[in-house]
Amino acid sequence: MALNLNSSNVATRENRIGSITGYIGSLSDLADQSNRGTLKGCSRCFSQSSTCLSTCALGQLSAIREVAIIHHGPSGCSAASADAYYLDKVMAKKRGITNNTVYAGTDMNEKDTIFGSAESLRRIILEVNQRYSPEAIFVTSSCATGIIGEDIDSVVDDVREEVEVPIAAVHCEGFKSRIWATGFDISDHAVLSSIVQPPKQKRDTINFKNFYESARSEIIDIFSNFDLEPIFLYCNSTIEELSHISESLATTCICGTLGNYLGNGLEEKYGVPYIRSINPLGIAGFETWLREIGKVTDRSEAAEKYIEAQRVIYIPKIEEIKKELKGLKAVLGMGPGYTFEVSRVLNELGIEVVWALAWHYDKKYENGDVPPSMEYLLENEVDFKASVADQQNYEVMNILNKYQPDLYLSRHPGSTVWAIKNGTPAVYVADEYMIFGYKHTLEFAQSILESIHNRSFEKNLARRVKLPYTDWWYQQNVDEFLEEVKSNGKAIR
Amino acid sequence: MAKLLDKQRYKCALGAMQTVQAIMRAVPVLHSGPGCAQKLSDSIGSSGYFSPNIFPCTSINEKDVVFGGVKKLETTIEHALKVIDADLYVVLTGCIPEIVGDDTGEAVSHFEDAEKPVIYASTAGFKGNNYIGHEKIIDAVIEQYLEKSEEKQKGLVNIWADVPYQDLFWLGNIRELEKLIEELGLTPNTIFGYQRGIDNINRIPKAELNLLVSPWVSVGNMKKMEKKLGIPYLHYPTLPIGAFETSKFLREVGQFTGVDGEKTENIINAHEDYYYYLIERYADMFLETRVMAKQFSVVADAQYALGITKFFVNDLGLFPGKQFVVDDTPKKFQEAIKKEFQNLNYGIKAEVSFETDGYKIHKEIKEHDYHGYPLILGSYYEKELTEEMFGHYLNISWPVQDKVVLDHFYAGYTGGIKLIEDIYSVAVQRWN
Repeated sequence: MALNLNSSNVATRENRIGSITGYIGSLSDLADQSNRGTLKGCSRCFSQSSTCLSTCALGQLSAIREVAIIHHGPSGCSAASADAYYLDKVMAKKRGITNNTVYAGTDMNEKDTIFGSAESLRRIILEVNQRYSPEAIFVTSSCATGIIGEDIDSVVDDVREEVEVPIAAVHCEGFKSRIWATGFDISDHAVLSSIVQPPKQKRDTINFKNFYESARSEIIDIFSNFDLEPIFLYCNSTIEELSHISESLATTCICGTLGNYLGNGLEEKYGVPYIRSINPLGIAGFETWLREIGKVTDRSEAAEKYIEAQRVIYIPKIEEIKKELKGLKAVLGMGPGYTFEVSRVLNELGIEVVWALAWHYDKKYENGDVPPSMEYLLENEVDFKASVADQQNYEVMNILNKYQPDLYLSRHPGSTVWAIKNGTPAVYVADEYMIFGYKHTLEFAQSILESIHNRSFEKNLARRVKLPYTDWWYQQNVDEFLEEVKSNGKAIR
Repeated sequence: MAKLLDKQRYKCALGAMQTVQAIMRAVPVLHSGPGCAQKLSDSIGSSGYFSPNIFPCTSINEKDVVFGGVKKLETTIEHALKVIDADLYVVLTGCIPEIVGDDTGEAVSHFEDAEKPVIYASTAGFKGNNYIGHEKIIDAVIEQYLEKSEEKQKGLVNIWADVPYQDLFWLGNIRELEKLIEELGLTPNTIFGYQRGIDNINRIPKAELNLLVSPWVSVGNMKKMEKKLGIPYLHYPTLPIGAFETSKFLREVGQFTGVDGEKTENIINAHEDYYYYLIERYADMFLETRVMAKQFSVVADAQYALGITKFFVNDLGLFPGKQFVVDDTPKKFQEAIKKEFQNLNYGIKAEVSFETDGYKIHKEIKEHDYHGYPLILGSYYEKELTEEMFGHYLNISWPVQDKVVLDHFYAGYTGGIKLIEDIYSVAVQRWN
């Protein structure tokens, strides 16, 4: 990718890597069309709400310790500050540290949309800096400031000397992209351009991009076998830590969607290799990933030794539980960084994927390749119905109603509720480490088994509630509102 | 003018999608960016017959910003009517369409003949916070849906209170207010929560009275209904919590609606007898808990800051430290609310500050001498602060992360007892 750290703006995923949010077909067709360059995303003439890219961007940045986020916009844009405050406090408490990051809004009103409010913003930045002495400041835009053309770059340039800490303009207009993951790129861009310093020395560290570091101690233990120290990003990161990530031996990520901008950026700018294997979920994923890390950091022997020892402990147990899972049918809906990885794990466990939804789809990763998770499935001759829908729940419900799977798996808040109201057992794959390595793959299999075994909750609830979709909708094809599909006359149902 | 919102305690006007969500089978249709609903919903307790992640939304993109999003809005409404099974469709506009000048009213007017009612409210984020947004939704119902009724139902009283979802206890509170009104022999009508919906909205014009229980939210709505629907209103500014205020509330409503005074007193006596039976049993706890100082601060919207202050002073004999009203109360209401804070037993006057800057609030709390361990009721932001001061903390206002509420409430006699239970459940965690 062509990284331009001199500009505070990041091109959207749609423009940069051809990402789409509308498609219905199959996995093999999706990959085939990506390879041939014929894949064109569809838009919808009816949609339900999804997610704002600023939630992703600022969720990432506000998890860094002792920084300030100043969200220039009406109070709804910065409403996420309440969640950020809570998360910062509880995540730090779990580690026994403190996090005094501040996330403030500017409560823009109607007058500001007419006359602009650059001067107020300037004053607010200086006030926050004076109150909290943050170690870095991120000043971010909103839809409203973006449309009226508020020049936050100039305001940031103007106060740069006065605040004496790294400060960056972060462009977060929610209308820019339907792909909220663009927000991850925006946060990575801000970190790369304002915090990361050129390497002074190499260290035996590996950058580990994740969300909430729940497997932190476990991963520290794993890497201690290879004399590698993981640096977890960005939850509980310090500015000092981030300034040195260019000195690591490699970058890896628990979710390709989350980490590819930073990983590719560090590789392009500072020559830090980005681990591009399938993700460490499931057995094949974990082993492939560890071997790749071994290769890149010159620790292959230690990696093989570790794999061998762990297999003895876990593989028999996983094989045992597979017998009980065999033949189950599943539908899943997740971000693309998980959908095709979890599909692989389900296949590994003997569960048949009948339909996989990805909330968006990146045709090419930053380096131009088809995502490794898809490549793996196709090489192993796994195919299933697939669609791309930015959390369009009405499409999910239509699919669940038609296919009546044994199980629905989802990763986003509020999504599993709808499946259980349909009477379908659901597993909320919330934590990014829920299927990590042998141990969590086993736990994942166990929780699937428990979920389908005791269906009381969903049966009780489903019996009592009415679903909010009309009968008319359940009789339609899933692609009813996908516009280009219809105009091309090649609907796949 | 833009201001520093440090530890923010409200959302923008579009947050009033939650007001719509609180009306059973009413669905918000958002003409906004794709992620507004998610941002404005709460991470738990947002699912229901509808949930924010399924609200129809135009999900405005860059092209719509340039060329306008009216066409997209029309197809979204059209298909929402087909796909979503609702009784009322409320279109809410976000910032983008209002800045670029989409004529939402005109687009919505094309659905006048739809099978189900479609109305709209202008709730751009920059037009105010979600308290104001809440009023805009009710205004939209009055202006675009309700018609004056010549026929009145005797004793029918519409009850209005604070903002659903923003107020953690909205459901339980309004049910409790209904019960109290019912005891007076009147027929309550409310539009929010379980088994309330379009039928209750249809009943609004037949009421003889609008009863507003809120320091300031919805005063404008009451005036609008008085003018358009000819319904007089009684504005009771204090959420009645505990015996003292609830008895006062019953007397005032009873008197206003012509309920026989003896009947009202009998109701009050029965409630107070039971209330003080409970208090008597736990009087030792009130007097002999070592860790409870007399002074307290409430950091909340006007409703809870005022309601709880009155309860603590007039029922429990506590003493007010400074109180903080954080809902960005419009200036024109502030003086009247201040007066209510000064109208406490034994001539006690509570100092109150209308402040939205959390930094300043925390500074004042830290600098105040509570004559012992402070009791702080507020948002999640006050948790760490109170812990640092070795005080007692209860999360009663938004943002809420320290409490899960399904139908818990603080209104009325029963609500007062529940609040006591909550506070002392915290206090008994410590010995000294």
